[in-house]
Amino acid sequence: MSHLQDRVRASLQASRRWHIAEIVFWLIALGSFWAFPRHLLLMNEIAILALFALSLDLILGFAGIVSLGHAAFLGLGAYAAGLLAKNGMGDPVLGLVFAMVVSGFAGLLSSPLIVKGNDLTRLMVTLGVVLILHEIANSWASLTGGADGLQGITINPVLGLFAFDLFGKTAYLYSLSVLFVLFLVARRMMNSPFGLSLRAIRDNQLRAAASGVPPSQRLALAYTIAAAYAGAAGALLAQTSQFVSLDVLDFHRSADVMLVLIIGGPGYLYGGMIGAVVFKFLQDTIAAFTPQYWMFWIGLFLVLFVLRGRSLIHGGVKLFMTRLPWLSGRGRS
Amino acid sequence: MAIRRQVLKGALGLSLAAALGSAAFAQDAAKVGLILPMTGPFASTGKQIDAAVKLFLAQNGAVFGGKKIEIILKDDTGNADTTRRLAQELVVNDKVAVLAGFGLTPLALAAAQVATQAKVPEVVMAAATATITEASPYIVRTSFTLPQASEPMADWALKNNIKKVFTVVTDYGPGIDAETSFANKFKAGGGTVESVRVPLRNPDFAPFLQRASEAKPDALFVFVPSGIGAQFMKQFVERGLDKAGVKLIGPGDVVDDDILESIGDVAIGAITTHHYSVAHDSAANKAFVTAFKAANGGMRPNFMAVAGYDGMRVIAEALKKTNGNTDGDALVAAMKGLSLESPRGPILIDPDTRDIVQNIYVRKTEKKDGELFNVEFAIIPMVKDPVKAAKKQ
Repeated sequence: MSHLQDRVRASLQASRRWHIAEIVFWLIALGSFWAFPRHLLLMNEIAILALFALSLDLILGFAGIVSLGHAAFLGLGAYAAGLLAKNGMGDPVLGLVFAMVVSGFAGLLSSPLIVKGNDLTRLMVTLGVVLILHEIANSWASLTGGADGLQGITINPVLGLFAFDLFGKTAYLYSLSVLFVLFLVARRMMNSPFGLSLRAIRDNQLRAAASGVPPSQRLALAYTIAAAYAGAAGALLAQTSQFVSLDVLDFHRSADVMLVLIIGGPGYLYGGMIGAVVFKFLQDTIAAFTPQYWMFWIGLFLVLFVLRGRSLIHGGVKLFMTRLPWLSGRGRS
Repeated sequence: MAIRRQVLKGALGLSLAAALGSAAFAQDAAKVGLILPMTGPFASTGKQIDAAVKLFLAQNGAVFGGKKIEIILKDDTGNADTTRRLAQELVVNDKVAVLAGFGLTPLALAAAQVATQAKVPEVVMAAATATITEASPYIVRTSFTLPQASEPMADWALKNNIKKVFTVVTDYGPGIDAETSFANKFKAGGGTVESVRVPLRNPDFAPFLQRASEAKPDALFVFVPSGIGAQFMKQFVERGLDKAGVKLIGPGDVVDDDILESIGDVAIGAITTHHYSVAHDSAANKAFVTAFKAANGGMRPNFMAVAGYDGMRVIAEALKKTNGNTDGDALVAAMKGLSLESPRGPILIDPDTRDIVQNIYVRKTEKKDGELFNVEFAIIPMVKDPVKAAKKQ
């Protein structure tokens, strides 16, 4: 038994070690700040979408919970951060924490709906929750501004030092920092016994339960954490655009983030981020060429991609890891 | 290693090309960032304004005050976050002198902060909530405001023996504006009003029209955004409201010229108040309509097109006045008080509010030579936005 424990511990420790490719990934993300000064605003949106997709990855990729209503927590976070700032507390970090608490709490409250039931009921329940929230936000116009959106948000400088500028410099670095910190936390969590137990539940809930993992608790915890992450993405969205519209609770947000995760590949934490880069980049380039018909091309790309090309990105990542062993930390040791 | 080097080279080349591209033409061009919903449920607004802007430049040349106007068209899909990002990118990357377009109220409001911060004029060519021009001192509007078009309707209804009105409006800024301005004026004149609001997204009018028909009003007052009118009219007839003798009244958005033909004969008899009809009887309008149809495969211009056309003209006149100075404050100052003869009749940019002052026409939808038109039969001259006028008093 102790031998097995040692093996598990060793394996977890190995997966915690940093691969060179990961370091390169984050250096590129940071380097883009200087390399593409014209596209900071777009990159800011990518970072936010990446965080949102990371949040979905925690429940879909690791715990196997499908959701068509993940925008519920994005929207809650956005409105929480927006309303806090509108009522005079414009500190971005405070707003971020507040949004995470609000969304996390909502995740905890709604987790009983998710823990029980199969994939189909989960899809319906999550979709229902976001529809309800959308209608509340629409009808409660005195609080949320209804369909006109939440106006008059002023966000103070980050840490009292860096004011949000028109170029999006502060916005991108702020969003990237938040993404990085939350990614570190997620990485540590998923490479811990907790993460391992989630994967066990995803692969076979009965067997996991039989080997002493309490599935309901673990799933509820994962759902709560993911909700808080989505809330953080919402807060970033509200703070960097200083505006919240009903659109944050729209169905297409939930659908987009699922697409993003499918493009990048679920279950290894980087999928959401790679997917976000590909998705936004495509959308922006094609829309710049043809403002009228870009949706057609996006649609065509997605169909072809899901049919054929998915292995391109995923295969490419694998190839990068295996064919270039000198790049890999393990190769050297 | 080789792969990495190539990627680096590619990235370098890309950013270099981008930098060069933005440097060229920076001197004698005045760029106008045109942000419109070109896809999604409000694509018809974008299509009309885009076509009108192109027509204006084709007719008048693009050089004003020594500057060549260059249009950069962006699609915001009717999504406010995107509008804001595009506005910011246009200001920062493309150094636009003017932001223009803005199909819906939330979209115009989302860009207001950018306009203020960057000191760039924001010419609103569509969005019609009264308060928009107060969101930034750089906003100038060439479309209309809903209270401007709705209050005259109340006067007309009172004069024409309509006592009880049921209002159906889309539940967002302009709809609420239309409802409140109409209801207040109508109640003040002794009428009674019952109101319902329909959600902006995925509108289904059936349950609301059911309630309307149960209320048995003399008239149904309706506001829906441009492009949605066909759906409404179809359900209005399906519910038998026309046969029950309920008059259809409202600001002209529901019988939008662009979709009037697809609404069909059910629209005949609707009484609306609005600032533009394709049937407006003037030489300027006839020339505009003919040229617009010729350039767009027979598509009729609607009130969105005329606002886009006049919006471009306001930008052009301002450039002429400043002798090509593209400073935001100078441009806005030049736009204030501009008085023009538009295809819709005389218009004035109110120097106090930067909002448009224009004639409002009472029209009846009729069939003429096999085509449907909103035929004007009364004029209320040079109406100011009543909401801002009331605040001033």
